[in-house]
Amino acid sequence: MRYTFLLYSDPADTAQMTQDDWVQMKAVYGQYIGALQEAGIFVDTDWLHPADTATTLSLKDGEKSVQDGPVAETRETLGGYFVIDVPDLDVALKWAEQCPAAQMGKVEIRASAMDSL
Amino acid sequence: MTAPARAAEDAARASYGKLVAMLAARSGDIAAAEDALADAFVQALRTWPARGIPDRPEAWLLTTARNRATDSARRDRRITFTEEVPEMPTTDHLSFPDHRLKLMFVCAHPAIEEGLRTPLILQTVLGVQAADIARVFNVAPSAMAQRLVRVKRKIKDTRIPFVLPGDPDIASRRDALLNAVYAAYAVDWQEGTGDLSHEAHYLATLLADLMPDNAETLGLAALITFIEARRGANLRAGLYVPLPEQDPDLWNTGLIDRAALFLTRASALGAPGRFQLEAAIQAVHAERHVTGVTNWRALSQLYAGLMQAHPSLGAAVGRAAAVGEDAGPAAALALLDLIEPDAVKAFQPYWATRAHLLAAYNPQSAADAYTRAIDLSTYAPATRWLEARRAALAPRLS
Repeated sequence: MRYTFLLYSDPADTAQMTQDDWVQMKAVYGQYIGALQEAGIFVDTDWLHPADTATTLSLKDGEKSVQDGPVAETRETLGGYFVIDVPDLDVALKWAEQCPAAQMGKVEIRASAMDSL
Repeated sequence: MTAPARAAEDAARASYGKLVAMLAARSGDIAAAEDALADAFVQALRTWPARGIPDRPEAWLLTTARNRATDSARRDRRITFTEEVPEMPTTDHLSFPDHRLKLMFVCAHPAIEEGLRTPLILQTVLGVQAADIARVFNVAPSAMAQRLVRVKRKIKDTRIPFVLPGDPDIASRRDALLNAVYAAYAVDWQEGTGDLSHEAHYLATLLADLMPDNAETLGLAALITFIEARRGANLRAGLYVPLPEQDPDLWNTGLIDRAALFLTRASALGAPGRFQLEAAIQAVHAERHVTGVTNWRALSQLYAGLMQAHPSLGAAVGRAAAVGEDAGPAAALALLDLIEPDAVKAFQPYWATRAHLLAAYNPQSAADAYTRAIDLSTYAPATRWLEARRAALAPRLS
């Protein structure tokens, strides 16, 4: 089953990071992606621009609204995601524990609903 | 009740959790397993009277439920199959305990809301009705039913695996298991039919076998076994018999010895905890069988320790009762007065204990406290006993 990890963190925690810190962080994520690929469970990942650059669109109630900013204004924002393919939640939890984002913030694990439709 | 109906009910009581566990282990869908099993019971009540009770009712129920589950899975996929391949499980499969343990560990999974783990185990492993669980946990039945449905959907949709967890995970899920088993025992042991408490006793010893290196698991097995040993002495002529008045000759000494053994093994592991302390309290009571007296000083001290490490309303009232026997009612009443009044409004043991402590020197207050205890009592033998106590005070009331 596919599981998506939604990586949440507080942008304030990364505001003070230096160029070196970023290089190091990219290396850490690179290793994690490598580990997922080696395990044959890697599907997709991306790193998103900050939440304040988000644009939110809705056609709810037949009316188009385009709004500046994310869906919810929270301290911790969605910064990226991973999609992996593993047998069950326990395996997904183990991989989420390895995810560097868990050190800095939170990793929300969501199972794919496509299979159960 | 007819013989087939009785056989179906016996099978239901004895193996509900086992059957749900075996059915759900395959699909991960607890709700579907429960539905299929319910259908199988309906089927049993319809066909057993005419065709007779099968040799192995449990196996019959499992096969029928499995076919049922397969049918509905096929219906969901809109494909029709005509071939039926019945699958007869062997008795070995049925007696193998791991299925139920796996289900218990699923219910205690960290991805499940903590407060729902015990209710979920009570419902899926032990077959307790949502309404009864709601009563025990003091929430509205509809709310409890809804939360249980939601959590079963989560188990299925996020695919929480039906496996015995590895060592570090066993430790983190153990508390929920032990609490659930004790809650199941407590739900039934006095007011229930006895089936659930027998099942809980069995599961407690099973868990002790599975985790012999865990002191609290052994402690729980000891605690439940001590209480179970007194089952035959709890009632006399339809009246509840409180522990200090029980005839120790009616206690089951075999069970007392087993309980003591569990507790000894637990203590040797050097990791004290709530269940071991409560079991130690029961062990002191059990000693009366040999010594003829109750060591109330030891009980006061054990309760003091319990209150310090794991305070609870039950422990606070139990402590006051022990102190009352050891140091007198004044000291005990002072302890009762320390308890938050709101917390004891609906707590029957508090009022029964208070009444007992007041009886010696304030019969009117004692009678009032008995009346409150009687109003709160839901167990007929206890109600009758409290009424007898209150009646005994009558000559001294002005």
